[in-house]
Amino acid sequence: MTTLGTLTETRDALAAKAVSSVEVVGDCMKRIDAARHLNAFVTVCEQEALASAARADGAIARDGMRGLLGVPIAHKDIFCTDGVRTTCASRMLENFVSPYDATVVARLRAAGAVMVGKTNMDEFAMGSTNETSHFGPVANPWDVGRVPGGSSGGSAAALAAGLVPAATGTDTGGSIRQPAAFCGISGLKPTYGRVSRFGMVAFASSLDQGGPMARTAADLRLLLQHMEGHDPRDSTSADAGPTPHAPQQPALNVGIPREYWADLGDDVAGPLEEAVVSLRRLGHRCHDVSLPHTAFAVPVYYVVASAEASTNLSRYDGVRYGHRAAEPADLDDLYRRSRSEGFGVEVKRRILTGTYTLSVGYYDAYYGQAQRVRRLIRQDFLDAFGQVDVLLTPATPTPAPALGALTGGADPTVMYKQDVYTVPASLAGLPALSIPCGFADGLPVGLQLIGPYFAEDRLLALGEAYQRETDWHLRTPTAAEAL
Amino acid sequence: MARWESVIGLEVHVQLNTASKIFSGAGTAFGEPPNTQACSIDLALPGVLPVLNAEVVRQAVLFGLAVQGKIAERCRFDRKNYFYPDLPKGYQISQLDEPIVRGGHVMIDTDDGARRIDLTRAHLEEDAGKSLHEDYAGLTGIDLNRAGTPLLEVVSEPQLTSPGEAAAYFRALHALVRYLGICDGDLSQGSMRCDANASVRRPGAPLGERTEIKNLNSFRFLEKALVFEIDRQIDVLESGGTVERETLLYDAERDETRPMRGKELSDDYRYFPDPDLLPVVVTRELLAEVRAGLPELADAKRERYQRTLGLDDHDARWLVADPDRAAYFEAAVDAGGQPKAAANWLMGDVAAALNRDGHPPSMIPVPAGQLAKLIERTLDETVSGKIAKSLFEMLWSSGEGDVDDLIAAHGLKQVSDDDALTKVVTDIVAANPAQAAQYRGGQAKLLGFFVGQVMKATSGKANPRKVNELLREHLGSP
Repeated sequence: MTTLGTLTETRDALAAKAVSSVEVVGDCMKRIDAARHLNAFVTVCEQEALASAARADGAIARDGMRGLLGVPIAHKDIFCTDGVRTTCASRMLENFVSPYDATVVARLRAAGAVMVGKTNMDEFAMGSTNETSHFGPVANPWDVGRVPGGSSGGSAAALAAGLVPAATGTDTGGSIRQPAAFCGISGLKPTYGRVSRFGMVAFASSLDQGGPMARTAADLRLLLQHMEGHDPRDSTSADAGPTPHAPQQPALNVGIPREYWADLGDDVAGPLEEAVVSLRRLGHRCHDVSLPHTAFAVPVYYVVASAEASTNLSRYDGVRYGHRAAEPADLDDLYRRSRSEGFGVEVKRRILTGTYTLSVGYYDAYYGQAQRVRRLIRQDFLDAFGQVDVLLTPATPTPAPALGALTGGADPTVMYKQDVYTVPASLAGLPALSIPCGFADGLPVGLQLIGPYFAEDRLLALGEAYQRETDWHLRTPTAAEAL
Repeated sequence: MARWESVIGLEVHVQLNTASKIFSGAGTAFGEPPNTQACSIDLALPGVLPVLNAEVVRQAVLFGLAVQGKIAERCRFDRKNYFYPDLPKGYQISQLDEPIVRGGHVMIDTDDGARRIDLTRAHLEEDAGKSLHEDYAGLTGIDLNRAGTPLLEVVSEPQLTSPGEAAAYFRALHALVRYLGICDGDLSQGSMRCDANASVRRPGAPLGERTEIKNLNSFRFLEKALVFEIDRQIDVLESGGTVERETLLYDAERDETRPMRGKELSDDYRYFPDPDLLPVVVTRELLAEVRAGLPELADAKRERYQRTLGLDDHDARWLVADPDRAAYFEAAVDAGGQPKAAANWLMGDVAAALNRDGHPPSMIPVPAGQLAKLIERTLDETVSGKIAKSLFEMLWSSGEGDVDDLIAAHGLKQVSDDDALTKVVTDIVAANPAQAAQYRGGQAKLLGFFVGQVMKATSGKANPRKVNELLREHLGSP
């Protein structure tokens, strides 16, 4: 057994005392160090991690294994961590150290997981390529000339390169699912409300949802169990009951929404069609369904998300914490320069867009209209789930693009269109799983399973069954093997 | 008939009486060191989220029921966006389109009798912090203790027609929220602050352009600010100018209004529903529970004082105008104090002493039970009215002591005993033969001289009624 194992394998090895936490965490550190060129981490906490690992080994020796005791984990740098800086990959928060743990972090800490570091991401989670990070882009371990996706690109790359067996991510319009697809790993965006948002730096409050990222669907289940649950500190968190351990899975009706396949290139369509065949072989029935408002999802998403972001980011004003401009002439100068200097281009673009769409005279045409269309998109899904149990779609229109390919031009909507298959479920607040289903020219291709509210168990069970049938999720990049 | 009419509406911010803030668990204590009543949520650290304090909803519902407004079954919170250093999130959580209370009314006392003032709405919001410009040379300090304090903003219809009426309305609201126990009413600590909208017009003409005077925190300043502002508007119009829509501050030292600069002003607050908070649902159960807890309010009290305690309208109205005064009155009556006498004490010596000390009725140092006993001892002629007043002063200044103990300790018991008084009267009449002769010769007013002499001889303890009786008996007819 090597530390390239899955989360489940790592936990089982620790439980069997086949390996110590100090060894596993130490190995992670070596691999993280060897993979520095990937730029997957913003902060690595080697000393703290090794000390926690030693304590975990003591606890395992004394009381036996429990939860995720001694298991290494990386947190997306959007989760507040007590005493370890939380940057959101922004100059604005470059030196911000939170005095408290996010609920997700606290729960995983309580389960015994050992935080090895904070992963790189798009600035304030605004981006689909991980190129908007103040700390520079992350490279895709499958091809370092390509992007890992975003915004949870650091977590996805770290998993693909075998630097950690588990990581957290957040997903506002696809930020877990799209990088999971680009990096050939598994990621779950839970139902809005299943995982607490407390301590997760807000991008778009009505869409943001934290979730697990790992190598396998079974690992996602294990990780989710230690992240989910009602949190009195988050008014929008739900009390949906825990995700069960080992469900029985009946034959399902799988819907194939035709709007998601219309513009798909052959390189991605091929693996997806094979996946349909695999699901049929597993005894599931696949039908065509229609989600007629799909085409409106991307514009609706960018209006809603930018509007919420524009006010969520107002708190970064240089007054109490975060970047403050040097020697401001007056209050306006303090605001203007602190924010101009602290935020990157994409963040500013969204703040400006959002400010515009909420303005008097434009509100109804933009924000109001977007919310109305959002309800239609949600209704599409509710109608579909009247006929089928889950929906199977591509996770992304293409495999990972080259660095700069989406962000190099003047038109930001080129990047926004990457989210076409992931934003509808976000707008509806539905759970969605992204797992590997093949390759196109050596790059991973992902499929997405979307379920009804709180049907994570069903999605994961289907994913687990599929991953017993296939081995796409076990493939690792050659470069990672050499680490 | 006046050549100008003034049209006034008030927005009163009522600081609700909760132990913790509207969206965080931090305390709401006043006067604490800066930023000690502010947690990570009030500081708007990255990642924090608001959670609504249920008590705030209960208090707003109580208010809504008391003014007979319509309580929304479902309402929501919106973000009001603007930048200011004491507004940590860069937005204030408030209610724009869906306030928790719509309509309702408040009765006010005017020179022409009671008047009904309709309310537009009452909505919940959080307070901002405080910018301290004075204490740091060239710098501004930020104190976030007040940030997130729950406020109920009560908006009246523009039905007030004079500065005096506006003050009466503010007073009525002040009494109401204290009767409800939803606000401590301490104006000096900013527990109630008022923005006044005022315009003037010719009788029958359409509404004139209005101005808004911000942040008035006393009845008197409200009235004075409006007097100044209405005069100013009339001057502007009469000299051919136009009133500009603007936001003003009242400078109490100079007694004038001045345009406000910068702070909290924006052309566009970009309101939108706060996605961090769920809609607030007021269930029928909550409504019933709050309704059951509605206390007796001023009008009902006034009626009861007249009906069952036999007070007249004037006294009853005066007593109920202040909840602490009414509570004290009722405590004294409950302890056996005769109602009319208790009312007289409150209107007389108690009011005078409070006025002298500059204290509100909540700070009457004499226990209501002692006032009741004092009334009892006066009515049963244990002490004279005059002695009662000095007993009252003793109780007031010491803040303790028992009426009976004080009477005994200071030998203040009224001398009503016929034999003892007869001896004193006989001696006095005998010692003043000239005056006695004059009295008998028709100078009736000399009776006062003899009463004074008897009182002097008895250190004021003689029962004046008895003294009069005995003197007449001994002096014979004038």
